[in-house]
Amino acid sequence: MAPATSSSVTLNINGEKHTLSVDHRTTLLDALRERLDLTGSKKGCDQGQCGACTVLLDGRRAVSCLQLAVAAEGREITTIEGLSEDGRLHPVQQAFLDLDGYQCGYCTPGQICSAVAVIEEHAAGWPSAVTDDVRPEAQPAPLSAEEIRERMSGNLCRCGAYVAIVEAVAQAAATVAEQAGTEEATAA
Amino acid sequence: MREFGYQKAADVSVAVALLDADPEARFLGGGTNLVDLMKTGVERPARLVDVRELPLNRIETTEDGGLRIGATVTNTDLAVHPEVRRRYPALAQAVLAGASGQLRNMATVGGNLLQRTRCGYFTDVTKACNKRVPGSGCPAIEGEHHNHAILGTSQHCVATHPSDMGVALTAFDAVVSYETVDGPGELPLADFYLPVSDTPHRETALPPGALITGVTLPPTPVAANSRYRKVRERASYAFAIGSIAAALDIQDGVVRDVRLAFGAVASRPWRARVAEQMLTGAPAEAVSFAAAADAELAAARPLAHNAYKVRLMHNLVAAVLTEMVQEVAR
Repeated sequence: MAPATSSSVTLNINGEKHTLSVDHRTTLLDALRERLDLTGSKKGCDQGQCGACTVLLDGRRAVSCLQLAVAAEGREITTIEGLSEDGRLHPVQQAFLDLDGYQCGYCTPGQICSAVAVIEEHAAGWPSAVTDDVRPEAQPAPLSAEEIRERMSGNLCRCGAYVAIVEAVAQAAATVAEQAGTEEATAA
Repeated sequence: MREFGYQKAADVSVAVALLDADPEARFLGGGTNLVDLMKTGVERPARLVDVRELPLNRIETTEDGGLRIGATVTNTDLAVHPEVRRRYPALAQAVLAGASGQLRNMATVGGNLLQRTRCGYFTDVTKACNKRVPGSGCPAIEGEHHNHAILGTSQHCVATHPSDMGVALTAFDAVVSYETVDGPGELPLADFYLPVSDTPHRETALPPGALITGVTLPPTPVAANSRYRKVRERASYAFAIGSIAAALDIQDGVVRDVRLAFGAVASRPWRARVAEQMLTGAPAEAVSFAAAADAELAAARPLAHNAYKVRLMHNLVAAVLTEMVQEVAR
């Protein structure tokens, strides 16, 4: 018997549950954009090569163009639309505005979602391909421009706004660290 | 894209039973290669059996002091694991050198071993390709092959295996575990990929319908002093044109133990056993490294536009081993 080729799925996006029937061929990116009117995530290559469609899945960055919507059930999905809190932009969004980390803006939602994760990954002590010593005993490498360029290499910018993007990620990382420090002090 | 059925497998036995029941079914892990190939029509499964959430996502130390890595462990979780970074640093480096942060979060260890070549003729369904359509021909041999294989090729296929992770796993004698409806099995990674021969469409020795459940690394003290170096056409987020995983143990200026594996030069990660044998017991110096590289690469059969890879791999062996010697000396 031929298997069913569509299913009802419930997607948890930016804290809200959406139930919809999807053809199994539907990617998460297409479900977001075409079915749920969340058009912030952009379709660039649709082949996992450009990063414009980057979202967070269970807090980790992923390309939504290679993620089947039906397989995303049960996961916590955060898109660019879900990054601000109480009307306040996420520090990464603010930094991209402050430092002009874009030109046409098409790759920007993906850049920003990716950068949010990059800052967390670095804070968690994860090494990168340009980290000299990956051993866990090694001193964690600071989030230098070289580290940012490597960690953000999955997000292409055809306008070539990379210089400002790297500066924005660095500034945002500093803001996030500062806020974390303030929260810690308040909690203590 | 062809329409397909989709099921999440509840456990390993259900997963292999589902695949066994439908010859047109495929396992879905992270999807970073399979979904891409489905979009281009290279893969046309009738059914996907989603194995990503199977309880195969742990990394554990084995009783003998090796490491057992579950098949659904993501590339990211493998690369950041403290024991991998401490005991097999070249493996962490290899994984980090591959793809992007986004793709490493999605991709799984089992899927990485089974990923398909990035040969442009294979991924373009309008072109002939012996790997995709057996007997249709190999346009790469007379055509675009600047990043194709130089070792272990045949007149039927010159495609490379694109994995970085697999190069380090090969250097460290990894063993692949799998499950079938007839029970479990194991394959050393050295025997996992089949010779190209006249059957390039048959890529692995896995039985039909087998699900990779994990990869085991034996205890390998020499691996604690190891590194991975990857050469590519841009600084990041590109497949290798040549790469090397190397581990080295030197005592009194003599090579006591050495592991070498090459990436992007063959249809599988290439263990450089000829070079290893020449180096073991030899003085740890540039002359030995160059001679060992030459001996290994004597089997190379480059094409018109990829002969540079012979020199590239020679230089990589010499450079990486020399660097490791200098580091030990410091």
